[in-house]
Amino acid sequence: MHIVVCIKQVPDTADVKIDPKTNTLIREGVASVINPFDMYAIEEAIRIKEKKGGKVTVLSMGPPQAESALREAISMGADSAVLLSDRAFAGSDTWATSYTLSMALRKLFPFQLVICGKQASDGDTAQVGPGMAAHLDLPQITYVRKIEEIADDHIVAERLLEDGTEVIRSPLPCLLTVVKEINEPRIPSLKGKLAAKKAQITVWKSADLGCDPAGLGLDGSPTKVVKIFNPPPRAGGEMLKGEPDEVVRQLVAKLKDAVVAASSV
Amino acid sequence: MTKEPITVIAEKCVGCKLCIKACPFGAIEVKDKLAVIDLARCTLCGACVEACKFGAIELDKKAVPSRDLSAYRNVWIFAEQREGKIQSITYELLGEGRKLADQLKMQLAAVLLGHEVRAKVSELTSRGADMVYVVDRPELAHFQDESYAAALIELITRHKPCIMLCGATTIGRSLVSRVAVTVKAGLTADCTGLAIDPETKNLLQTRPAFGGNIMATIITPNHRPQMATVRHKVMKEAMFEPGRTGRSVIEEIAAEILKSRTQRLKFMPEVETTMNIAEANMIVSGGRGLQAPENFSLVRDLAAVLGAGVGSSRAAVDAGWIPYSHQVGQTGKTVCPKIYMACGISGQIQHLAGMSSSDIIVAINKDPEAPIFKYATYGIVGDLFKILPLLTAEFKKVLAK
Ligand SMILES: Cc1cc2nc3c(=O)[nH]c(=O)nc-3n(C[C@H](O)[C@H](O)[C@H](O)COP(=O)(O)OP(=O)(O)OC[C@H]3O[C@@H](n4cnc5c(N)ncnc54)[C@H](O)[C@@H]3O)c2cc1C
Ligand SMILES: Nc1ncnc2c1ncn2[C@@H]1O[C@H](COP(=O)(O)O)[C@@H](O)[C@H]1O
Repeated sequence: MHIVVCIKQVPDTADVKIDPKTNTLIREGVASVINPFDMYAIEEAIRIKEKKGGKVTVLSMGPPQAESALREAISMGADSAVLLSDRAFAGSDTWATSYTLSMALRKLFPFQLVICGKQASDGDTAQVGPGMAAHLDLPQITYVRKIEEIADDHIVAERLLEDGTEVIRSPLPCLLTVVKEINEPRIPSLKGKLAAKKAQITVWKSADLGCDPAGLGLDGSPTKVVKIFNPPPRAGGEMLKGEPDEVVRQLVAKLKDAVVAASSV
Repeated sequence: MTKEPITVIAEKCVGCKLCIKACPFGAIEVKDKLAVIDLARCTLCGACVEACKFGAIELDKKAVPSRDLSAYRNVWIFAEQREGKIQSITYELLGEGRKLADQLKMQLAAVLLGHEVRAKVSELTSRGADMVYVVDRPELAHFQDESYAAALIELITRHKPCIMLCGATTIGRSLVSRVAVTVKAGLTADCTGLAIDPETKNLLQTRPAFGGNIMATIITPNHRPQMATVRHKVMKEAMFEPGRTGRSVIEEIAAEILKSRTQRLKFMPEVETTMNIAEANMIVSGGRGLQAPENFSLVRDLAAVLGAGVGSSRAAVDAGWIPYSHQVGQTGKTVCPKIYMACGISGQIQHLAGMSSSDIIVAINKDPEAPIFKYATYGIVGDLFKILPLLTAEFKKVLAK
């Protein structure tokens, strides 16, 4: 079984600090990590491989330094890695990103599964996974919290919705996006780390993928960012002081109207 | 050599570093009094162009419409229903869609997909829809990505809407991401603000990114429809207007098109919750400060009295005290209730990412230095084991009146 995992390198939020004066993000020297949800995607792919045999390819589109994310995935147990890096890809929105990645997936075919994270922690869109499925006309199961069964030609998976869990069966190949509940990502072994160091990362450019330039980067992106700004600061808070029963009375008095309004909607 | 999409005009740049401050991606450096943009990091968002007082940065945005888009008319909303019940997000979309349609002097249409849902049309027209496109088919009885996407794609191709809004729910995001790719539309995720640009009539879509630490306004100048998913609980619900009616348009779609390769085998409703936290107007959340799983009852009791949903930090989920579906934050759910009460939650950045846009935030924590207090509308420094039972009792008393 060939499984492709799509991973994105993102700034480490644990590392991101808020400047107390300006309330803006301090980004200087912020480390990059694999998007948290993608760690679960990598882990799930490796678990399937360990059970069913086959190989895991990790795929990422990003600047040259995204190579380190791919190496980390190899250290966890992925077999090979492909980086899509080309200046022509700069400025891609989710349409162009999913197009570019889907062109690479065509080149990596045959595969039985594509696994993505639910969403990336920088853009928070959750659009790239289903977008790729649309470009490739693959069936999709999003928000997967558990794989119940996987055979050569089909998969049965649990999908987490707001009000419960849906059990879905799909033929393969199929695209999944996974949530945190699905597993606990492993810590790379020493052997894995050595393999990662030695691994050859394949780099593909636009020309290698046979992309239509009109679908790439800024030109291929229907959406344009026109403005970036800081969220309005929250109005200054109030600390309630006194004995417990006193502060509780104060809080209830302050919240009562809001509670009544909120429960009447 | 082709011109870079973003360039610094050396003669105009004075090396003042304003652009460095403005850049959300840390992509600019000043070297020898000249700004240098690292194109590998730059996403061409244009924040620096706006910040530069000297007009020294040029961005080639090709913002002029290159195609005739006048054939695309009307504002559409996707009417999300589950088991035949119209979801509250749908009313929020109708409220917002109505405003946009009025500004554009266009009609507001709802798209209702499902099985035996025709009776629901009046629920949509009485809340602002001028018309409702209905596809009523057994294949659509339950949401399935492929058949729902196919139906929506078909309708968009037939009727060419100018704007298409959908809830940023699990179903919504899964569905329209597929649709937008196929019809080559721009799609903006999880918007918290929508407006019409008075000059260009483009839809200005504002959304949080980086876990709510920055906001971005996004347009789709050259493609239609302009598609967006909208965050729950941000927009006001459309009011019910007695006597208001609209047109119901029954759409026929070939069975062939509605085929789905995925198959829903069964559905297991969430047992633990009585309320989906994404839809809750009030949420009481507990964290590691609760110390043991049985103590979650303190949070549940208060939530029950308020009619609130129960949330939690990741620490509490990872400890196995409460199911993952209750986790708020970067790797859980994003919520935006009227009141969010954080009990024994420190307020780490990943937790804040999921709740910092709530209207009122209450923090109860014994550590006066806990970061959550910086975001709290009302803060109480104290022991939650004392505070919570008192709070539950006091609310019970006051709300009974
Ligand atoms: C990649 C990544 C993703 C993450 N995603 C999320 C996410 O989605 N959601 C999330 O919540 N976290 C997330 N986290 C974890 C996050 O960083 C914090 O570790 C977590 O939010 C802490 O939970 P907590 O506030 O309950 O626990 P703690 O940080 O341990 O805080 C417990 C608080 O309880 C207080 N307390 C203790 N006893 C009492 C008492 N008797 N009375 C009153 N107060 C008391 C303490 O003062 C303390 O402030 C993520 C982390 C990473 C690295
Ligand atoms: N540049 C990228 N390279 C590889 N995979 C990506 C990229 N961007 C997004 N993805 C995948 O798509 C998922 C959703 O991302 P997003 O739509 O950006 O929230 C991620 O969890 C990744 O699995």
